[in-house]
Amino acid sequence: MSVVTNTTTIGAIELPSRRNTELMLLGFAVVIPIFAYANVGLAINGSLPPGMVLYGLGLGALAGVAHLVVRRYAKYADPLLLPLATLLNGLGLVLIWRLDQSDRLQNLAKRSYGAFSPSAPNQMLYTALAIALFAGVLLVLKDHRVLQRFTYISMVAALVLLLLPLVPGLGADVFGAKIWIRVAGFSIQPGEFAKIVLAVFFAGYLMVKRDALALASRRFMGLYLPRGRDLGPILVIWAMSLLILIFENDLGSSLLFFGMFVIMLYVATERTSWIVIGLLMSVGGAVVVASFSSHVGARVSAWLDPFGCWQRNGADAGACEQIAQSIMSFGSGGVLGAGWGQGNSDLIGFAANSDFIFSTVGEELGLTGVMAFLLIYGLIIERGVRTALAARDPFGKLFAIGLSGAFALQIFVVAGGVMGLIPLTGMTMPFLASGGSSVLANWILIAVLIRISDTARRPAPAPAPSPDAEMTQVVRPS
Amino acid sequence: MNKPLRRISLFCGLLVLALLIRTNWIQYVQAEDLSTRKENRRVQIAQYATERGNIIVAGQPITGSAVTDGSDYKFKRTYTDGPLWAPVTGYASQAFGSTQLESLEDGILTGNDDRLFFDRTIGMFTGEKKQGGNVVTTLNPEAQKAAFKALGNNKGAAAAIDPRTGAVLALVSTPSYDPSRFAGNSKDDEKAWVELKDSEDKNLVNRALRETYPPGSTFKVVTAAAALEHGVVKEINDPTDTPDPYFLPGTKTEMVNHASGCKEASLNEALRVSCNSVFANLGDKVTRDKMVETAEKFGFNNDKIDIPVRAFASVYDKKMGKDGNAQSSIGQFNTAATPLQMAMVTAAIANDGKLMKPYMVDHVTSPNLDIIEKHSAQEMSRPLSAANAQKVQEMMVNVVDKGTGTKAKINNVKVGGKTGTAQHGEGNKKRPYAWFISYAENPDGTSPVAVAVVIEDSEADREDISGGGLAAPVAKAVMEAVLKTQG
Repeated sequence: MSVVTNTTTIGAIELPSRRNTELMLLGFAVVIPIFAYANVGLAINGSLPPGMVLYGLGLGALAGVAHLVVRRYAKYADPLLLPLATLLNGLGLVLIWRLDQSDRLQNLAKRSYGAFSPSAPNQMLYTALAIALFAGVLLVLKDHRVLQRFTYISMVAALVLLLLPLVPGLGADVFGAKIWIRVAGFSIQPGEFAKIVLAVFFAGYLMVKRDALALASRRFMGLYLPRGRDLGPILVIWAMSLLILIFENDLGSSLLFFGMFVIMLYVATERTSWIVIGLLMSVGGAVVVASFSSHVGARVSAWLDPFGCWQRNGADAGACEQIAQSIMSFGSGGVLGAGWGQGNSDLIGFAANSDFIFSTVGEELGLTGVMAFLLIYGLIIERGVRTALAARDPFGKLFAIGLSGAFALQIFVVAGGVMGLIPLTGMTMPFLASGGSSVLANWILIAVLIRISDTARRPAPAPAPSPDAEMTQVVRPS
Repeated sequence: MNKPLRRISLFCGLLVLALLIRTNWIQYVQAEDLSTRKENRRVQIAQYATERGNIIVAGQPITGSAVTDGSDYKFKRTYTDGPLWAPVTGYASQAFGSTQLESLEDGILTGNDDRLFFDRTIGMFTGEKKQGGNVVTTLNPEAQKAAFKALGNNKGAAAAIDPRTGAVLALVSTPSYDPSRFAGNSKDDEKAWVELKDSEDKNLVNRALRETYPPGSTFKVVTAAAALEHGVVKEINDPTDTPDPYFLPGTKTEMVNHASGCKEASLNEALRVSCNSVFANLGDKVTRDKMVETAEKFGFNNDKIDIPVRAFASVYDKKMGKDGNAQSSIGQFNTAATPLQMAMVTAAIANDGKLMKPYMVDHVTSPNLDIIEKHSAQEMSRPLSAANAQKVQEMMVNVVDKGTGTKAKINNVKVGGKTGTAQHGEGNKKRPYAWFISYAENPDGTSPVAVAVVIEDSEADREDISGGGLAAPVAKAVMEAVLKTQG
């Protein structure tokens, strides 16, 4: 470890690369899911699952590839992000495989669709694809600041992605929410990708406009109100998120995008008034929508009194029964849980391996397991925020905090939803839930964070000795 | 920009903290509530996830378990001779819950009882599957079969007790049902269940424990016991001061006798031919409160008779007037008794005045047949002295030898009994209930069996003849079966 001192204002303190730490942690992140897999097999069939070696090798190979790419192309990246994501993804695969074995879900699928197809093989395929994308991002994106150039293109791309499900013939209405598109037999949730693209736009836009937004404002009732032309974009985004909510019945995504924007705006301008304005706007919007949209209204009443509303509505209780079943899953897990493969979280029904996969954690791993998972997610968020703190350019800071904030909101919204803390919104638990879009998008997110942290922690190149150094002070924005 | 970043990180931390608090709330604080909610199917899934232990009669299981496919519940209850044993076992159905022994001993049968903790722990190490314990009953299969067969197609019930210990020997209710028919949760099961639940004959009701009937003349033995205990009658063969016709106290209503020679008849004679007037008169002399006292010692007005299945409380009204008390003394008016109650009355008299607490679970065992809990005979009360009990016995034997109960006679065995035909319905228009209570005596003076039989809807309408004609043969069959098996 050497400390390089020079005369520029950027401190070039070389941090240890920590690649070997990452490798060791990755070892754990691969071995723990393999044990979990063995455990499920023993609990359900009384024997080690036949695919265990293949699964172990597969997960190990994917982790290995990811590690090598990071080692080569993002040498100084945060060493925790990759192992944490690998661990979650690996355990998610085990959870999905475990739910594939459920007779109840198999019978349900046969009754509803005529056939049952296991989700775990697909998820494994998507994971492989996601790791490839992860590597691709790190290979192609040598410096995250390049993305600044795509600020307005990103905005257009995000809007297109968000509106795709509304295109007739392309969008698919699944269980009340129009957030999927179907292309050549694949279902894609464009919203998951829009999250990242939108963060690029916000970061790029705010970096440019932050001074205007922060300073050119009038004081009104203790709040700093910006000028109309600066306020325009936030109103557009707000309106957009509400439109998505109304037309696609997607409470979660609109909350996520709006929350992400408010967070980034606050960080960019350092004005608390944005938080207040944002909160007022989202509460107002949510109340209006909840009272007009029957889908959202049903979710709210299911949240307020799941058991009562289940009883009242009998056979077509839908959302109420799901929530009630989910809460009972958590409750039945107790402190230590029923054990992998030994719970009945499949009573929740068709969404058990997607929206409600966290209930299986709750029932089979208990309070202990849930807290462990929440802490793993918490650690990812913490590493993301740290990356934002460490980043040296405002774009990187905003980008990293936007992604981490969105990630944190998503965890909160999904886990809070299935635990009955807030109304259910039907988003996916990152890395755990079955679904290609989610896995792909979240691995890209991790790749971007790794790239930013690599740039942030990379020692500045030793400045070329300059003859003017004695005379000229270089002033740069911090 | 670092200050707002730190605040945002705090905010993200709060989000995670909120989730951590919530999970603690539902998985620790509320866990018990949530995991036992009635909506939570896990309770039942667990109940039927392992092979249930058995209910055993005379060394033979009368229950079993069958594996079911394509259902949430792995094992289904099966019953051998379901209709015969249903009043004893109750039922355990995947869809419709469980009752009676199946419900009360559920912890033992499923293996979840705390007393089986060590078995479960050892099983965890040896890799044995969780098993349920067994419930061993006191029932005598021969007596049960005899009663069931003798009741035949009649609507009715029989209860037999070993007076010396209180062990229940037979508990029959007809028409019965086969709990196997709705033990699962298929469409067929549901159909069978609905059919039985709504049946006019009330098949699911355990008439021996959960139906009270006016006991009619069989209640006269209680009145006789009260008269002797409270000194109203000293010698059973002394004439009483009963006029004929006898009017209910304070009214102009005549207490009609179906027997003749009741005027100033002695207690012995009055019981033999079943005089209503004499017992109404005696009940009035004993007074209401003392009648209540004696009846309660026999077990009336007690809503906590658990054998361990709870029997409905039999009633002797505590607040009626003098005329009501006189009517009640012959087992009419507000008096109502379960067949078990009348068996207890008979047993107390046969056991020289000592009423033993009735029970039908002899012991419960762990899956490997270690005895976990054994019932020991307990005295419940002493409704009458040994001397008075013997006097009542003498009169009851007289009833069987030379009175209304001759159909219960068994060769070479001393049998005491009492017939009854209880009127009921508005204006007593409905067909009366036929009753018979009796006990058999060993040569050494102890009694191995006391039995009470009731038959609803009897065809005959003459008092006593019907009780003696319809119900007595059932009681006889039970007593014979017990005497034969106990040698």
